[in-house]
Amino acid sequence: MMKNNYWKSLEEKEGKNPVEELQEHKESSMIDVLANESNTKASSRRDFLKWCGISFVSATVLSACENPVKKAIPYLTQPEELTPGKGIWYASTYQHGNEYCPILVKNRDGRPIKIEGNYSSAITGGGTTARVQASILTLYDNGARYQHPRKNGQPITWDDADREIIARLKEFSAQGRKMALVTPSLLSPATKTLISQAQEAFPGLEVITWDPVSLEGIRQAHMESFGTAVFPEYRFDKAKLIVSFGADFLGSWISPAVHARQYAATRKISQDKPEMSRHIQIESRMSITGANADERIPVKPSEQLNILMALYNAMARATGNTGSEVPDVDYDVDSLARDILSNRGQSLIVCDHQSKESQVLVNAINIMAGNYNNTLLTENPLMTGMGDDTRFEQLLSQMEEEQYAAVIFCNSNPVYHFHDRERITKALNNTELTISFASTRDETAETCTYILPDNHFLESWNDAMFKEGHYSLAQPAIHRLFNTRQMQDTLLAWMGDDNDFHTWLKEYWSDTLFGKQSRYPDRDSFWMHSLQAGVFEHPVNPVVLPAIRMAAATEAIRTLRQYTAQNTGTEYLVYPHLSLYDGASANNPWLQELPDPVTSVAWDNFAAVSPAFAKANNISDGDVIRIGNGMTIPVLIQPGQADDCIAIALGYGRTQAGKAGDLVGSNAFPLIRKAGTARFFNGQLDAWEKTGDSHRFARTQTHFSMEGRPIVRESTLDKYQKDPAAGNELRAYHQKYALTLYPEDRFEGHHWALMIDLNACTGCSTCVIACQSENNVPVVGKDEVRRRRIMHWLRVDRYYNGEPENPGVVFQPVMCMHCDHAPCENVCPVAATTHSVAGINQMAYNRCVGTKYCINNCPYKVRRFNWFAYANNKAFDYHMNSDFGRMVLNPDVTVRERGVVEKCSFCVQRIQEGKLNAKSERRKLKDGEILPACVQSCPAGALVFGDLNDKDSRVAGLIKDPRNYHLLEELHTLPSVGYLTKIRNPKA
Amino acid sequence: MISTSLDQTLVKGHKNYGQITDELLANTEGRPPLWWLVGIGLGGLMLAFGGWAMYTSVTVGLGTWGLTNSVAWGWDIINFVWWIGIGHAGTAFTIFFLVFRQKWAASINRSAEAMTVFAVMCAGLFPLIHMGRPWLAFFIMPYPNTRLLWVNYNSPLFWDVLAISTYLIMSITLWYIGMVPDLATIRDRTKNKLRKTIYGIFSLGWDGSLYTYNRYETLMKLLGGLAAPLVISVHTIVALDFAVSVLPGWHATILPPYFFAGAIFSGFAMVLTLMILMRKVFNISDYVTLKHFDNIAHVLKYGSLVIGLAYAIELFLAWYSGVEYEIYTFFNARASGSFSTAFWIMVVCNAIVPQVFWFKKARKSLLSLFIVSVLINVGMWYERFVILVSSLAEDFLPSSWTSYQPTIVDIGIYVGTFGLFIVGMLLFVRFIPVIAINEVKPISRIGKENKKTEKHVE
Repeated sequence: MMKNNYWKSLEEKEGKNPVEELQEHKESSMIDVLANESNTKASSRRDFLKWCGISFVSATVLSACENPVKKAIPYLTQPEELTPGKGIWYASTYQHGNEYCPILVKNRDGRPIKIEGNYSSAITGGGTTARVQASILTLYDNGARYQHPRKNGQPITWDDADREIIARLKEFSAQGRKMALVTPSLLSPATKTLISQAQEAFPGLEVITWDPVSLEGIRQAHMESFGTAVFPEYRFDKAKLIVSFGADFLGSWISPAVHARQYAATRKISQDKPEMSRHIQIESRMSITGANADERIPVKPSEQLNILMALYNAMARATGNTGSEVPDVDYDVDSLARDILSNRGQSLIVCDHQSKESQVLVNAINIMAGNYNNTLLTENPLMTGMGDDTRFEQLLSQMEEEQYAAVIFCNSNPVYHFHDRERITKALNNTELTISFASTRDETAETCTYILPDNHFLESWNDAMFKEGHYSLAQPAIHRLFNTRQMQDTLLAWMGDDNDFHTWLKEYWSDTLFGKQSRYPDRDSFWMHSLQAGVFEHPVNPVVLPAIRMAAATEAIRTLRQYTAQNTGTEYLVYPHLSLYDGASANNPWLQELPDPVTSVAWDNFAAVSPAFAKANNISDGDVIRIGNGMTIPVLIQPGQADDCIAIALGYGRTQAGKAGDLVGSNAFPLIRKAGTARFFNGQLDAWEKTGDSHRFARTQTHFSMEGRPIVRESTLDKYQKDPAAGNELRAYHQKYALTLYPEDRFEGHHWALMIDLNACTGCSTCVIACQSENNVPVVGKDEVRRRRIMHWLRVDRYYNGEPENPGVVFQPVMCMHCDHAPCENVCPVAATTHSVAGINQMAYNRCVGTKYCINNCPYKVRRFNWFAYANNKAFDYHMNSDFGRMVLNPDVTVRERGVVEKCSFCVQRIQEGKLNAKSERRKLKDGEILPACVQSCPAGALVFGDLNDKDSRVAGLIKDPRNYHLLEELHTLPSVGYLTKIRNPKA
Repeated sequence: MISTSLDQTLVKGHKNYGQITDELLANTEGRPPLWWLVGIGLGGLMLAFGGWAMYTSVTVGLGTWGLTNSVAWGWDIINFVWWIGIGHAGTAFTIFFLVFRQKWAASINRSAEAMTVFAVMCAGLFPLIHMGRPWLAFFIMPYPNTRLLWVNYNSPLFWDVLAISTYLIMSITLWYIGMVPDLATIRDRTKNKLRKTIYGIFSLGWDGSLYTYNRYETLMKLLGGLAAPLVISVHTIVALDFAVSVLPGWHATILPPYFFAGAIFSGFAMVLTLMILMRKVFNISDYVTLKHFDNIAHVLKYGSLVIGLAYAIELFLAWYSGVEYEIYTFFNARASGSFSTAFWIMVVCNAIVPQVFWFKKARKSLLSLFIVSVLINVGMWYERFVILVSSLAEDFLPSSWTSYQPTIVDIGIYVGTFGLFIVGMLLFVRFIPVIAINEVKPISRIGKENKKTEKHVE
């Protein structure tokens, strides 16, 4: 139904799809154009566009505000659903590894330009993460995306490739030789079914599921404890006491968009609900999850496991079970056990360690705490964590012995992700036929004989089931940009099926899911409605968990003790990075430039060490060290890092990612090691030395103390319960004494305001990318970030308090405060920045001459200057320097010229759109109808936007909350952005 | 403070009018000396460096400077304020000494005014070049247009535009009108046709009659009266660029008088530097005497006390205000923190070193005069650095605190303005008498001592 919307042309009127027609008749010449695009001058692209008759109107209009409009071809016949200037939304689904997010894709003039969360989803409720927000940019990454099928690096047609490969696969099947299809955990039931059909079509084809960041320990542990390999659903929203052993569930563990929403529900506090959860984080590195904890215990990875064992023991003894002998720990586990037991059924213990033994202990503790069926649900188990490390290792060994005739990689890049590159290389060399379905360039595909590029997920049909019974669909939001083919279509073609995957998927849903609902009478309307909503749920038979086998815990302790006893010296830990995760999107410049919320480092990974460790070993920030396996990496001194332990982020050091991602940071995957059935992300650091080199990080914040200033105001729960204005005493003082001689400003119509709940904000920085995507914020690169010239309109400030060994951490999103007495406005000599009648501080880019006085006079330092031309400039060769990359630009927002000042506009384009919608429908605006990008993206719902003049709006209520304060309110700038004090819940 | 006794010898040596004219016109006649050619060459090179730097900033962008998201003004505005400060002394010399009847200043006026003109030109470059889009600089002018766009009268930057352009026009006028009689002298003496024509045009038909003198004196007094408030307004308004803001260390009522005092101070120091150099290369030691330097040294000594007092008041008020941001800026950032080196250079050079002028020996030694005068301008540069950068780099929210380092382009532009200044001054000394002949003659005591050799020249 949507297919015809993507490309607009005269031919379309006659019912032909121009692109497909071209591919049929002029395949080779079009491929040439596409292939040349990246390395010849831009005009080839324009020739192609002209030739196809596509009007990418806005991309050309936007290229610079003073440039003449190049070519704008109007529609001869207006397509029915399309109104120029209005977005069309398609429901789809983001899935990568274990992360899942139902999304809505905003399409303007045939181009997807923005991703939002699908608010119809019961799982995420409209939240997203930075990775989800940024994934749209990869769609237009013409530098890194494979644009046509290849054989040995040379272009090949799909027909030839199919013919050759089918012949080979048939031959192998006939010979009874083994073939392997390597995939990560797949959430799509349709794809899984299709793959099993392919296995039938090609006997000997095996499917190996392998995740670079594996969660299989949890599944295995449930097998061990309960005899069923179930992956429970974690319900942080139901927990009053959260104990996390290293699990960064707000940043990278399982699916942060899901957890952040649940977590925020227990952390949001009001006078109606003056209570919140208590969160204890026992971890080795400073994660954003740890930063949000009420109590944080920094210990080495092995000590984490010791505490886990000790806690198990304490719980066992307290509940009358038999304890085991466990190592002594420097932590009062008995008291923690008592707390857990006093919150029976209302606590949640999670652990991110890869070993199944640790997860067995977690299961036992959760059982003793009564958490199963309360905060840990198995009735709708999660479909994630399907990877099988043992099977994958076995595959490699057998490949090395030439047992496999063919191997096909689907979204899998083990050459980069597997810790032993020698083995994987040898395995690939000893396999006759290697095929990769990679859609963007990767290390594995580059070594494969055939590259049969998959579509980007925004060009593909798919479905997903994150949790049993909770489905969502993915549909293309644009016709494929390049000569790629969806992986599922490739499999169908190989199986000789004439249907495309779209038809296949529709039939699959009709066959399997239509019967599970009664709302829609016929299959077509069921499909259409499901597609429109994007999500579909049906009740399932709950998985009944058998009784736990407590003996498993005793066995687990024995194994774990052996392991922790080996760790005596300095240890290391590698972890998936908040924005790059496993590095699959390393070529995404938005994610590369997103400052890590804790360290504020962009464009780099590092070895985090504790201040004490640095002092003892005489190392300072930026000193490069060489560790055991020859890897060199700069050191970053991280307050709160466990002593005698270094932590390094995964996802960096790619070699075949593309121009933005190659050789950024160092690859930490080789540090992963095999232990038992799992790959451990931690271990003993045998040797390290300083190389004598020094590295300068690109940091967006270098001063970490608030200097005693009332910037982030915080208090504790017990004080809040006594006085809701606790921690916010200054507010009353300033309201009394910070006065003005002038009459109060009056806003007759709307008065826009934004409230930020510091208690709900986790610092995840999703809003930063959402803002960047919505407002065409340029990427400036590592050197410019080093010079402190990042362009982000919204930043997340982070301050430490207390001792550097284990500091308290606060996050504070800061954007333009839209002050009613804005210091920036009165100093601009040309009146380029003025106040709107609705209280918005607005920028007229055309009028700005760039004196930068406003930047200086802004006490919040939220204004950004265009130091260079960031669009169409070879020196900033990111997405804005390519015709493809510029397609992601939002046509509603000007691309700013060199020399002008820019800043947050409260997404004024969205406000205007909302107002016009209401006006054309002759109704009043509804509260919550207008959402700036940051507000809409927030998985925790920490930001609330609305009209202060609407007395019933949420924001009008929140601004009267005793927790509300304004940043630097003593300056009497009267900001329109308010913050709600942060409340912590430490143990009394 | 300075003796104005009628017996004072302001011009040394028993000179007659002819002699004075000959001596003071020497620099404009004959072939240019080697040092002049070398100087012009060197100045030209510096100007070329500055030209490249400005070309780079305009074509590539202000990203080539060392500015950051927090420190959006750096060397550009430091140098702007510094040059404006230097550009004060010339007009101040003419006007204030005219008002206070300080006749001794007559032999220095001309050079000081020339210095003012070139210094203000150098200063004027920065507001233009520091714009992100200098090609749209005309937006800053209140000109009628069909889009009904108007300037923002609330902005001190707009006041700046008015103040500086008015001051520049006034300084040039004052300087030029003051040299008309001397240009006429050159016109009358020169044999070269071309020179005669050019000097003839610029001397505006000066005929030396009593009538002309009368008109001339009236005009000079009128211009002086108009210029006097401008001298005060221009730097006051530059100070308001800072005082009107909200930043700690900028938002202070003391800034206008403090900036004005600083400007006079740095301007006098620059006059001293230049006069010592000119005295070395030209044969004018009879006109610019040690007594002159002694007087300037006295001014600097008292100026230094005023500046020192201003520093002390700033610190006191920061503490007395009880505002933590002010206290941090003055006591942590400036006096003891990231900017303490610059701060103490500023204090030592401006408030302490000039106190050596309490000693007569220091006032009499050309070397010590020269060194102190240079140190004062170094100190004054640091003063602007401290005010600008420390307040911007470490303001309200510590998350935005940055450091600041200039780049080669920043340095290039600064060097370029030195080039402009040097070339301008060298052209001045080559084509215009460095000492106002018509002003020196009335104060030389020809009537008393040299009656016998008196000879009417004009």
